Amino acid sequence: MSVLPAVLTPATALLDGAAIKVLLVLSLAGAAALLVRGRPTALSLLLRRALTLAVVALGVVAVLLPDTVTDVAQLLGVGRGADLLLYVLCVTFLFVTIGLYLRLGQLHDRQVELARRHALLEAEVARLRGDDA
Amino acid sequence: MPPTTAPFPCVVIPMHDEAAVIAEVVREVRRGFARVVCVDDGSSDDSAALARAAGAEVVVHPINLGQGAAIETGIRAALRDPAVTHVVTFDADGQHRVDDALAMVETAATHDVQVVLGSRFLGDVSTLPAARRRLLRAATAFSRATTGLALTDAHNGLRVLRRDAAADLRVRLHGMSHASEILGTIARRGWSYREHPVTIDYTPYSRAKGQRAYNAANILFEVACHRLRHAA
Repeated sequence: MSVLPAVLTPATALLDGAAIKVLLVLSLAGAAALLVRGRPTALSLLLRRALTLAVVALGVVAVLLPDTVTDVAQLLGVGRGADLLLYVLCVTFLFVTIGLYLRLGQLHDRQVELARRHALLEAEVARLRGDDA
Repeated sequence: MPPTTAPFPCVVIPMHDEAAVIAEVVREVRRGFARVVCVDDGSSDDSAALARAAGAEVVVHPINLGQGAAIETGIRAALRDPAVTHVVTFDADGQHRVDDALAMVETAATHDVQVVLGSRFLGDVSTLPAARRRLLRAATAFSRATTGLALTDAHNGLRVLRRDAAADLRVRLHGMSHASEILGTIARRGWSYREHPVTIDYTPYSRAKGQRAYNAANILFEVACHRLRHAA
């Protein structure tokens, strides 16, 4: 098996653990797409909620039946359950970070508009007061 | 419609902690322009009071929002007066010349273009430090390639916007990336534009207030992200 990596051709090395590789590359591509065109839609909200629920449910399963994590990991071509957990953690972290980044951007835009209206209103009030005096 | 009446410009000066120079700059601008709006972007010094005393209308951001946001606020304040035909953006550090701004308004009116951009490379660049010149050349090449506009200068704070263009302009990028963002808007909307030679006076003050060269990388990243989002 993997005790002889040198004899593997590059093509078969790519196929080694193909399932997890496909999943991870798809996840990273999804993260890039989210970064570029992420907009708050009803669908993205549903996805976020569904994923959160799924993570909680799977977490409970993983705690109660630790061996299932290893089984799933081997099914996907990952050696140990702990490795799979690390992969999932990395991808989740990436999505959470991008989500927060986009959210902060939206909040910043709203804050700018709010502060701007306040500033213009204040200037208008000062102008009117000056005219009255 | 042909521009039969004389243009009535309003100068917008975004400022942040410019107490050392702002009074002199406003007085200078007031010599050529009747209306000056200063936007104080959350200064910690008394820039606002000094600008007001020098004869500018002052709008004060309650918190620091960035120069791009200050420009948009100033434009909105300027356009409240329906008589204003053009908005001039002018840097607070005294690097621009009022005569250049007046000539640019003249150009905007006679050629009836929506935007007139100041270009230091069409004018006298003898006072421009060599390192800065190289960086600006690179920035200009980048802007030309990404926007398709035939420009000779990419990051010049002196611009004239006709009323319709000014009313449509949104500046959302933080930091100094708004200069590239404005060029992108001109290209996307197909606004008519011209460049006009201007002279930049590089004083020790303006150089100290100027951007660090490595901020170009930040701008590059922000502009790239912005373009991608717009394309998507």
